[in-house]
Amino acid sequence: MSTAATAVPSPRIEGAPTAASEAILAKLVAAVGEGAFRVERFRDNIRIRVAPDRLIEVLTALKARAGCAFLAELGGADYLGYPGYEGPRFEVHYVLRDLDTNGFVVVKAGVDDPDPTLPTVFGLWPGCDWMEREVFDMFGVRFEGHPDPRRILMPDEFVAFPLRKDYPLRGRGERHNFPRLTREES
Amino acid sequence: MPAPPLDEIDLETEAKQATWTLNFGPQHPATHTTLRLVLELDGERIVKATPHIGYLHSGFEKLGEHLNYNQYVTIADRKNYISPPMNEVAWHHAVEKLLGVELTPRCQYIRVIIGELARISDHLLCTGAAALDLGAFTAFLYSFNLRELIYDIYEEMSGYRFHPGYTRVGGVLYDFNDRVLDRIRKVTASFPKVYADITKLLFRNRIFLDRMRGVGTLSKADAIAMSCTGPIARASGVHVDLRKDAPYLAYPDFDFEVPYCEEGDCWARYMVRMEEMRNSVSIIEQAMAKLPSGPVNLPIAEKLNLPDKATTYNSMEGLIQHFELVMPNRGFETPKDEVYAAVEGPNGELGYYLVADGTEFAWRSRTRPPSFIHFAVFPHIIKDHMLADIVAVLGSLNIIAAELDR
Repeated sequence: MSTAATAVPSPRIEGAPTAASEAILAKLVAAVGEGAFRVERFRDNIRIRVAPDRLIEVLTALKARAGCAFLAELGGADYLGYPGYEGPRFEVHYVLRDLDTNGFVVVKAGVDDPDPTLPTVFGLWPGCDWMEREVFDMFGVRFEGHPDPRRILMPDEFVAFPLRKDYPLRGRGERHNFPRLTREES
Repeated sequence: MPAPPLDEIDLETEAKQATWTLNFGPQHPATHTTLRLVLELDGERIVKATPHIGYLHSGFEKLGEHLNYNQYVTIADRKNYISPPMNEVAWHHAVEKLLGVELTPRCQYIRVIIGELARISDHLLCTGAAALDLGAFTAFLYSFNLRELIYDIYEEMSGYRFHPGYTRVGGVLYDFNDRVLDRIRKVTASFPKVYADITKLLFRNRIFLDRMRGVGTLSKADAIAMSCTGPIARASGVHVDLRKDAPYLAYPDFDFEVPYCEEGDCWARYMVRMEEMRNSVSIIEQAMAKLPSGPVNLPIAEKLNLPDKATTYNSMEGLIQHFELVMPNRGFETPKDEVYAAVEGPNGELGYYLVADGTEFAWRSRTRPPSFIHFAVFPHIIKDHMLADIVAVLGSLNIIAAELDR
């Protein structure tokens, strides 16, 4: 049972996307053609980079033609100062899964300052409601057409976007300067 | 002269039109944690529920950019603090996918065991507290009794009772010793009695059934459209379980079933959780029987995990490796890439989207929190229910505010 230390094979694995994930990509290519997006592979992830103006077209094709009925995750990231990065400052990722074959793909759309705006996917997946609100709250990426585009985690009177890279870890002292409510005013 | 009769029809329509607003929370015993609802009520019927969240927002994702991959495990613990080891397993699952390493067989088994213990602990809280909220106090005490034994395991294996911080990149803090294994056997042995006790108390309890069945129904189509996962999706008839769908760690080695219901109400969610606990106990028993021997951490030549104390103090390589990993501006290198990896947490898909910039600090560590996504469903399924149903539905969704607000 015991394994000698010398006999241990290298634990490094590259990993590759599953056949089900590749099948989703093939169906997407058949539906919208290859020019609409750029594909990257890392471990078992297939990343589909798409321009904002073709985002809804690609996502609709993925849902209707490639079987990805399930939006598993939606989130954003700020690449300000990311080493060796050239491209739009913010990126929003959508993880879509096919519940029958269990393949999944990650769709990424980038938007730049000033006024980063993406179309909402509320019409495709109502579950994106709060996740899009969180991306707006944390990064200031607006989602055009969202039915309830308010902040979600931070208070409404908060003005900054805390997960942006130019926002300091310790904040800018907002929490010490919130308006104070008395019992009579509440 | 007789008094003119009251115009009753007018009064009724007036009463129907008048709704009133009730503030529920943020501090209320039935919300368990800090969440707030603004309810628009017609009598006791809920016309509209608006959740206001963020009271517990602690910037966990921002902290993830300033703590390295080993340090962040303490923060991952504090997200869903009802099942901390599952959060640790999820976090390091994502980190190890990013680094492209495969754990030793023993470590994979250990992570399966602590993950399933966390699942049992989480479901015990959810099912016990659901009964507590509806007035059945005894079932709650039985379930918490067993949770104490699970906390004893955490304490024995890591030294910390509530937030173990047990996993490390490429391994775990300490290997399981015999005392840990004994305590795990004690839990698996006492589980059937606890399950039987809870079953006898609740499954034929008329009040409990009446308040759970047909309440907070979520249809299968809605569950998919609203991104629900875990017990909530399975109670609505969606067959999703990452342990089966995209097996990770050692899950292919085990024989277990994934329970699901079709009804989608609070009772279905309750039953799915109760059955899942039995499957988790079965997985733990199988893993204990087949627990491989051999090293638990990756070999130190991989330069990833902290060597244990004996290696650090007794070998030159261990000492150098320890120094390299703990000193600032050293540590291991990561690929400059990004990855999404998820595990099946007690409440659903618990995923991390990691962006790495080559250092041992994440550029972005996005959590996919199941509580956040499930709470977004709450206003839809509570509509037209009674005020008192809120606690039943909240309890069945198992919203953990620390994970909700992060």
